[in-house]
Amino acid sequence: MGKTSLKKVLLLGSGALKIGEAGEFDYSGSQALKALREEGIRTILINPNIATVQTSEKIANRIYFHPITPYFVERVIEREKPDGILLSFGGQTALNCGIELFKQGILKKYDVRVLGTPIQAIMDTEDREFFVNKLKEIDVKTPRSIAVTSLDDALKAGGQLGYPIIIRSAFTLGGQGSAFCSGEEELKEEASKAFSYTDQILVEESLKGWKEVEYEVVRDRFDNCITVCNMENLDPLGIHTGESIVVAPSQTLTNSEYHKLRALSIRVIRHIGIVGECNIQYALDPESENYRVIEVNARLSRSSALASKATGYPLAFVAAKLAAGYGLHQLKNAVTKTTTAFFEPALDYIVCKIPRWDLNKFEGVSHHIGSSMKSVGEVMAIGRTFEEAIQKGLRMIGQGMHGFVGNHLRFDHIEKELAEPTDMRIFVIAEAFEKGLSVEQIHKLTKIDKWFLYKLENIITLKKELEATPSLEALDNDKLHEAKIQGFSDFQIARFVTAPAPERMEESLLQVRTYRKNKNIVPYVKQIDTLAAEYPARTNYLYMTYSAREHDIAFYDDKKSVIVLGSGAYRIGSSVEFDWCGVSALHTVEEKGYRSVIINYNPETVSTDYDISDRLYFDELSLERTLDIIDLEQPHGVIVSTGGQIPNNLAMRLHSQKVKVLGTSPVSIDRAENRHKFSSMLDTLGVDQPQWKELTSMSDIQEFVERIGFPVLIRPSYVLSGAAMNVVSNPEELEHFLKLAAEVSKQYPVVVSEFIQEAKEIEIDAVARHGTLITYAISEHVEFAGVHSGDATMVFPPQKIYLETIRRIKRITREIARELNISGPFNIQFLAKDNQIKVIECNLRASRSMPFVSKVLKVNLIDLATRIMLDEEVAPLEKSIFDLDYVGVKAPQFSFSRLQLADPVLGVDMSSTGEVGCIGDDFYEGILKAMLSVGYHIPQKKILLSTGPARSKVELINSARALLAKGYTLYATRGTKRFYDQYGIKTKLAYWPDEEKRPNTLDLIRNREVDLVVNIPKNLSKGELDNDYMIRRNAVDFNIPLITNARLASAFILAFCKYKPEEISILAWDEY
Amino acid sequence: MNSLSARKAKLILEDGTVMEGKSFGYEKSVSGEIVFNTAMTGYPESLTDPSYKGQILVLTYPLIGNYGAPQEEMENDLLKFHESNRIHIQALVVSDYSFQYSHWNARDSLAQWLKDNKVPGIFGIDTRALTKKLREKGTMLGKIVFDHDDVDFYDPSRENLVAQVSCTKKHVYGNGKYKILLLDCGVKYNIIRYLLQRDTTVIRVPWNHPIRTEEYDGLFLSNGPGDPKLCTDTIKNLTEVIRQDIPVFGICLGNQLLSLAAGADTYKLKYGHRSHNQPVLEVGTDKAYITAQNHGYAVDNDTLPEEWEPLFININDSTNEGMRHKTKPFFSTQFHPEASGGPTDTAYLFDVFVDTVAQYKGISQ
Repeated sequence: MGKTSLKKVLLLGSGALKIGEAGEFDYSGSQALKALREEGIRTILINPNIATVQTSEKIANRIYFHPITPYFVERVIEREKPDGILLSFGGQTALNCGIELFKQGILKKYDVRVLGTPIQAIMDTEDREFFVNKLKEIDVKTPRSIAVTSLDDALKAGGQLGYPIIIRSAFTLGGQGSAFCSGEEELKEEASKAFSYTDQILVEESLKGWKEVEYEVVRDRFDNCITVCNMENLDPLGIHTGESIVVAPSQTLTNSEYHKLRALSIRVIRHIGIVGECNIQYALDPESENYRVIEVNARLSRSSALASKATGYPLAFVAAKLAAGYGLHQLKNAVTKTTTAFFEPALDYIVCKIPRWDLNKFEGVSHHIGSSMKSVGEVMAIGRTFEEAIQKGLRMIGQGMHGFVGNHLRFDHIEKELAEPTDMRIFVIAEAFEKGLSVEQIHKLTKIDKWFLYKLENIITLKKELEATPSLEALDNDKLHEAKIQGFSDFQIARFVTAPAPERMEESLLQVRTYRKNKNIVPYVKQIDTLAAEYPARTNYLYMTYSAREHDIAFYDDKKSVIVLGSGAYRIGSSVEFDWCGVSALHTVEEKGYRSVIINYNPETVSTDYDISDRLYFDELSLERTLDIIDLEQPHGVIVSTGGQIPNNLAMRLHSQKVKVLGTSPVSIDRAENRHKFSSMLDTLGVDQPQWKELTSMSDIQEFVERIGFPVLIRPSYVLSGAAMNVVSNPEELEHFLKLAAEVSKQYPVVVSEFIQEAKEIEIDAVARHGTLITYAISEHVEFAGVHSGDATMVFPPQKIYLETIRRIKRITREIARELNISGPFNIQFLAKDNQIKVIECNLRASRSMPFVSKVLKVNLIDLATRIMLDEEVAPLEKSIFDLDYVGVKAPQFSFSRLQLADPVLGVDMSSTGEVGCIGDDFYEGILKAMLSVGYHIPQKKILLSTGPARSKVELINSARALLAKGYTLYATRGTKRFYDQYGIKTKLAYWPDEEKRPNTLDLIRNREVDLVVNIPKNLSKGELDNDYMIRRNAVDFNIPLITNARLASAFILAFCKYKPEEISILAWDEY
Repeated sequence: MNSLSARKAKLILEDGTVMEGKSFGYEKSVSGEIVFNTAMTGYPESLTDPSYKGQILVLTYPLIGNYGAPQEEMENDLLKFHESNRIHIQALVVSDYSFQYSHWNARDSLAQWLKDNKVPGIFGIDTRALTKKLREKGTMLGKIVFDHDDVDFYDPSRENLVAQVSCTKKHVYGNGKYKILLLDCGVKYNIIRYLLQRDTTVIRVPWNHPIRTEEYDGLFLSNGPGDPKLCTDTIKNLTEVIRQDIPVFGICLGNQLLSLAAGADTYKLKYGHRSHNQPVLEVGTDKAYITAQNHGYAVDNDTLPEEWEPLFININDSTNEGMRHKTKPFFSTQFHPEASGGPTDTAYLFDVFVDTVAQYKGISQ
């Protein structure tokens, strides 16, 4: 066997979640660490993403919450002296860092071996030109491309390649860099435009409309190769695979096409010399077997995580074993436990991956989807018909859609929206069919393969038949069954057949449920076993389908299982932190002797891994599906409080169906969620809250605002991360945002609250048992209230709040816990100003910050909460925040660089995509580590200040002085300069973007003369396309660190003035 | 037509199981041996594979018909996109039939193709449940029944199916350097295509053709249906062949016939290997290959005579996947290096064979 001499291995994580690099690397890193531990290898992990499962106890032997940069990694290597390093499990972040370490000779210096794919092979795939030549050596085709520097050469290249072609320019800003040209005239026009701002352009053959197909390929050191899975994009080439609806396995490829590309994949992986896993993307001509290799990723990727979940083949686990020296044939299939890992999974179902976008959360961003990735998460739906899979998936996305049909959507320019896809295109297709467009017409506009369109048309046809059915009783069994086979939910059937009023919807869908159950039309549970039932498998990986007549598994009527509801698609406001909560709950459930059952459908998670629960239902978190599963499992109870808002919203509905919800009663959850009930409860308890009112008309709103005065906070009810929530400072803004709010949810009126400026925001994460507070963690935000808590920089334990404030917060928390009889996790947010405490929010569920405070406190709050929910006696925990000799700082990660044109400014609506949590000896060390972990650098030379309103300018006086003392050159815009002049702080004037004079702010940024930009917006609402926006956007586009909050800027500046990089401690988590 | 308007039909197994489905093929009651295949692509290749003669084929991949039925273009005297000149299965059983298809190379729908060949097809069957039953109880007889038009169970393994699918007269393909005698026991066209691509002339002769009457540089033993022991004539002819030194390459049934001729034994597997993902290991090495397979019988490794040795074994169940003579240029595989459908990783074995032939020819000239 491939025994290994490795003793200690370092694994680089991927850091904070960002667009293009999300939870999938928590899954791949966790599996790799488990695979190595099994071999008795000591594992060291560097990952500042404190909310991940991989940074929990018992996965790696040692964890460093440090930035994944060559400097810090070298310091850890110096200290730990590992003999091997894994670079392919932490996304592009780890790979880039590894390449840098290699180039700087650091790996050689410390004699650290790169395990798995050799670093040269990785570099071969990263350099475009090198890559193209490498494939040319084995006659593998890549898109033809010619670099030109003049219009004449461009036209020559166009003639050579044949039209249509695409031109790309190296310099791209705001997506202006590429253009499609169908003929010479267009090329002339577009190339001239491009040459006006760049010297060189690439003329490339256009593969627009070609099928996009991916393979996941594995190779061991014996040169044995397999392809684990192939996947086909429903959206043809032109739309990034991360933005595409993807199915696995491919559906429209013949055997010959499938195996031609498969054989090419193996040739490529051999030639490059991968040991482990890689992903290869193809363009395939829809009219022949002509192909091009688009890209090779020499590492675990988002696609490999998807392939892993789609097939049940533990790719990351196997890749880690191969890196440790095993051959594929020497490993067992982890699912069957009897057959070999050297095989290619046979699926007997179809999976459909659908991206989740949150573009509504950003000001100014375009909704068009294309060659760059904007989605923040994804779902995977499993079915035995395409219709079933896609309808499930469209519901899972969680943006209020009920499937492919049955959504109240309207599109005004259908043909245009088909041809120029946005995040809503799939629904535009539904609308197009409704409007009578044919498959042929839609195909012409979208280039989507007709097979997919025929299938979608089937759904429309059946929908029309359902609509023509006068009542449920008139619906014959065959048709009802067919509707379920095609993935129609009870909700959709109710909407089409009985068409109830909105307030009677719940009742109506439950009628459909009862009716079909009486007819024995129920879903069946099937296993994902990697071999299409060829061999017996003890797999716990399950899904439900109506294309079946029997269950694969047996059910025990013993009330010994506990169902944990997962958190669904990663999105802004809910991501890996809730997966950690779910996984923690599952561990405790199992530890307490129950069978752990999870329902979740996010392929980027650890909770959906094969070895995390006793049963994994990879299926919808809808009332319907949850009840289906509960009917079969007959569990001891259901945990709704560890999966964020999706399960929380199901609590009351499950309760109404007599489902036993463990922990805090859904009635209490409703009392906390319902603004009126919660508010009157606070009044009864004598707890203060900002003044607010729920209003339905403009005149009422104006009247209320006149009384309390601007600024005010407006928002719709029942939200997690504040969709359409906004602070408005004047009547015009008020009117504008009210329109937006009304669009979010017409059923709910608008809530207007008093907005208190310059107030501190404080949070408590806590666990109670039968209303008694068991343990808690209080943390404070660096920023003043007004920045969404998910975007705020959080400090735990708090460093700058009055003891009296802490006392009051504890008192209020106790009273609320008692009043709501809380048993489980909860979170309360407070505003504090001059020791006046107001409650602004209370959630009777795990919060985003639970993993952060749990890991800093070294007490797993979710474990505690789960034990309480399972009715264990738990004594109040005595550990006090004063016992901590260190400080934890949680900082947000933004992905603005991916979101072209979006204004990178913070508000009450959340816009960060991830976070890190670091530990320091004091606040400044903690914040410095955290800021460096989310991509900030310590500036080397010059800083641009544009500090907004007077109070921000004041806030930054000390920082400016500290910077000068450190020898930095400060540039300031006019007002800022004038202000600092008064205080004798020397700054150089930088002109506004719209001024013709130099030095101009934009030049300073574009020429990278400054390496930190502080730009504080003038008011609390998101700005328009003005000078400030130009400065912020350019800073993002040119990758110059940008801070837009005065208090955060001040904290960061003081931190790096206080600490030199070499003074930052390199201590593992267990050393604090 | 769509799934709601389709006519109902029943799938009945010999153990009494009845599953109701709907028809999309030819409407006629038929019976045969029920087998399942777990490949995710390649239904046209499977349908025209003569090795499926007498069998009702269950596809575990649920979405079938997506790319229709291929064109009937000819190339080198062979249908370019088929594995023989007709559909050989008794009937097709799937979960979700795709009434609409889409592919540049499609001539018609799968349904129409089945109808043209008078082959029934049913969908709406829980093919996973059916597969599990076959896995647990072993391959069974079954039938597809329309209304009251019942038929008797039929056991194809008692018949010499090879005689039914083999060609009836000699046919020569190509004009290459090496003369390959192809013993057609139900050959898949891709074997001929692969041979022709390697500078050969292929002389295709019937299964019971007297081999000794032919002059050739190498002998190829094709795949084919049913119990190898029923091909007594072929086995007898082969015992003569292996006394000589002319290179021999056998695939699937060819592997079994060669082993029987050598004196080894074959047996029926519980439910066979029919898929595109079978792992085999080259004996004595760390070289592993993913292979396409379609067989219900296997060679018993323990009965291989002294002068023969296993060449490949199945990594999952350790069954024989090929053998070779220790001194003479004879080898065979249980899997299908010609693929179609399935992975092409072992196509190199055709090179090995033709190289062996070339070497032999060089020596014998």
